[in-house]
Amino acid sequence: MSSAVGAAPVRHAATPPTPEQPHRRRSYRLGRWDIKYSPYLYVAPFFLLFGVFGLFPVLYTVYVSLFEYDLLSGSKEFVGLENYRVLLDDSQFWNAAYNTFGMFVLSTVPQLVVALMIANLLNRQMRARTLFRMGILIPNITSVAAVGIIFALIFADRYGLVNWLLGTVGVDPIAWRDNRYASWFAVAFMVDWRWTGYNALIYLGAMQAIPRDLYESASLDGASTWRQFWKITVPLIRPTILFTIIISTIGGLQIFTEPLMYGYGLIRGGASNEFQTLAMYIYERTFTGNFEYGSGAAMSWLLFLMIVIFALINFAMVRRSVKGEQK
Amino acid sequence: MSVIRRRLRTVAVAALAAGVALGSTACSKSDNEGSSGEGGEVKLVLQTFSNFGYDQAIKDFEAANPTIKVEHQKMGELRDFQPKLVQWLAAGSGAGDVVGLEEGVLLGYVQNHDKFANLLELGATELKSSFPEWKWNNALTPDGQKLIGLGTDVGGLAMCYRKDLFQQAGLPTDREEVSKRISTWQDYIALGKEFKASGKAKAAWLDSATSLMQPYVMQNSETFFFDKENKFIGETNPVVKQTWDMGLQMATDGLTAKAQRWSADWDAAFKNSAFATLPCPAWMTEGVIAPKSGPGNSGKWDIAKIPGGGGNWGGSYLAVPAQTKHPKEAYLLAKYLTSKEGHLAAFKEAGAMPSDIAGIEDPAFKDKKSDYFSGAPTGQIFGESVKNMKPVFLGAKHQQIWETVVEPQMQAAERGQLSSDAAWKKAMAEAKKLTS
Repeated sequence: MSSAVGAAPVRHAATPPTPEQPHRRRSYRLGRWDIKYSPYLYVAPFFLLFGVFGLFPVLYTVYVSLFEYDLLSGSKEFVGLENYRVLLDDSQFWNAAYNTFGMFVLSTVPQLVVALMIANLLNRQMRARTLFRMGILIPNITSVAAVGIIFALIFADRYGLVNWLLGTVGVDPIAWRDNRYASWFAVAFMVDWRWTGYNALIYLGAMQAIPRDLYESASLDGASTWRQFWKITVPLIRPTILFTIIISTIGGLQIFTEPLMYGYGLIRGGASNEFQTLAMYIYERTFTGNFEYGSGAAMSWLLFLMIVIFALINFAMVRRSVKGEQK
Repeated sequence: MSVIRRRLRTVAVAALAAGVALGSTACSKSDNEGSSGEGGEVKLVLQTFSNFGYDQAIKDFEAANPTIKVEHQKMGELRDFQPKLVQWLAAGSGAGDVVGLEEGVLLGYVQNHDKFANLLELGATELKSSFPEWKWNNALTPDGQKLIGLGTDVGGLAMCYRKDLFQQAGLPTDREEVSKRISTWQDYIALGKEFKASGKAKAAWLDSATSLMQPYVMQNSETFFFDKENKFIGETNPVVKQTWDMGLQMATDGLTAKAQRWSADWDAAFKNSAFATLPCPAWMTEGVIAPKSGPGNSGKWDIAKIPGGGGNWGGSYLAVPAQTKHPKEAYLLAKYLTSKEGHLAAFKEAGAMPSDIAGIEDPAFKDKKSDYFSGAPTGQIFGESVKNMKPVFLGAKHQQIWETVVEPQMQAAERGQLSSDAAWKKAMAEAKKLTS
């Protein structure tokens, strides 16, 4: 059947069918269906899988979030929006949200700026260019757990490398886990170590698509390299910048493993939850203690909404500001 | 196998991270359910966490019971296994025919015991005399009508100390002598002050103020954070607050290394010989202290009796979920693994201390000496500490309250991040929130 269907459009193009020929008409219909519906058939596997493993769990999470579960005894009770109300009243939830956004800003802003700078440097003529281009990706292919363990040691409070270095220049040791902002810094450092190279490569790819003659004419007009960067490079890779910002927002707000490893695997993230993120708090509520599945589901949804809203805000802000540069 | 040991392998967190991605949709494997094979052969699934040391014991069991095949699924650390088990039990399928339960987890299930088979009905009554009373009673429902678990290992409790540091400070080094000098906790603190006053050893007396809490409360109170009706009494139990103050006073007096337990700094403190004593259960000696201190410190540690006599820290059970299709065979397996033979095989393989009285008395355990700890007779010391123990009622959420609330706040107070009062109030408020 497939060969008939495949051949149909060609025949259709060669000899337009007439109503007098029923056989021709049938193959014409088949051909029309082919053009009309085949694309849907081809993309269907993705949407089927997405429906089963993506959409269904997401929607089921809504259902779960309306119940109060007791997994140990196996009972559940419908409570409506009570889980959400309790969460909005829960100071630990807002603390986790504060930490998550704080770490996100502290990691993403320098990360993307530095990535842009690195990409710009790698875009020039230089020796062993491929080596450097591949080299900056190496941190990204390291296991996140390994990164977490190593950085937890580097930022250890008493016998850590950083505090030792600070000590050699006479600076008092920093309480890397008791001080909220110190812990954010350390976690952001970890994230940036892994992701800066990745973003730099994406920027580099976009930069190479910019026609060279634009820079040549700018040079002839006497524009400095810096000016060329801001007036030509940045506006022209704007769609890529938007892409990395959206991706970083989605990834950054779900940050989990880095702060968990940083706190030696303890889900509370510091004695006073100094670096407990939303994803960690979701895990704490859902999979430890009272196994509050309903509450965890509700929190997952709130996190999802936050990510959507925040991604949209970022999108709007960056689009406007980069447009401004273009004028 | 103990609760604490699971925290050691930070690497396990990698699995945990993956678990977040998969965990919420974690599906039970259909082959987890025991099934009858050909010729009346029964296949049992045994699920354990950490390292129970059962490889040889299972082979022996299969040899003695040719109609039963055992598939041993090692489920990673407790923190990986526990959430899955909760889901499988709630879903009614997926759990093994025999599952390992850590003590704290078991206590939670004693309250909600309908997911487990009653081992008394399967014939466990005859085994009562082979376990220490408290180990048996922990797995018994309050009305005494249902038993949901048989004891595997116990922790025991002793005092590990650094002979070399003691010598530098001019203290006795012989373990008998040390045991005598620290027969009570007051003596222990007094000796610590002497150690510090000598000024000759560049180390603290104890690793952390929190190390005192478990042994001291368990020796001096019949309850800990919960009363026997499982109501939270941590705030009103005078012994808990007394230990809190005693530990933090030691910190104020400069006797503790203020190392956060189970952190990278704690690990480094072992290597750097930053403290001289540490209350240690049996699984901690070869499993924690030796590897963390490293081969360079071999022969410098020794083991004395714990102040105040006896005590226990950690330990596990085997239970048979009610969803099993082969309760009789599952019981046979659990019974064998918790018998003297099973216990001794596990001790040989994983160093797990037997909770079976005949096992504790057996020369294979009793005459065990540890080279790393200067040839200390570990079998004898830990065996005695368990036999002398009084049962303490811990309650379902004991471990959680300790590990996630009280210990972190006490450490925060020890490091000076919070005042003792503020940390205490915070801990109690959080504990009440968790238990309400």
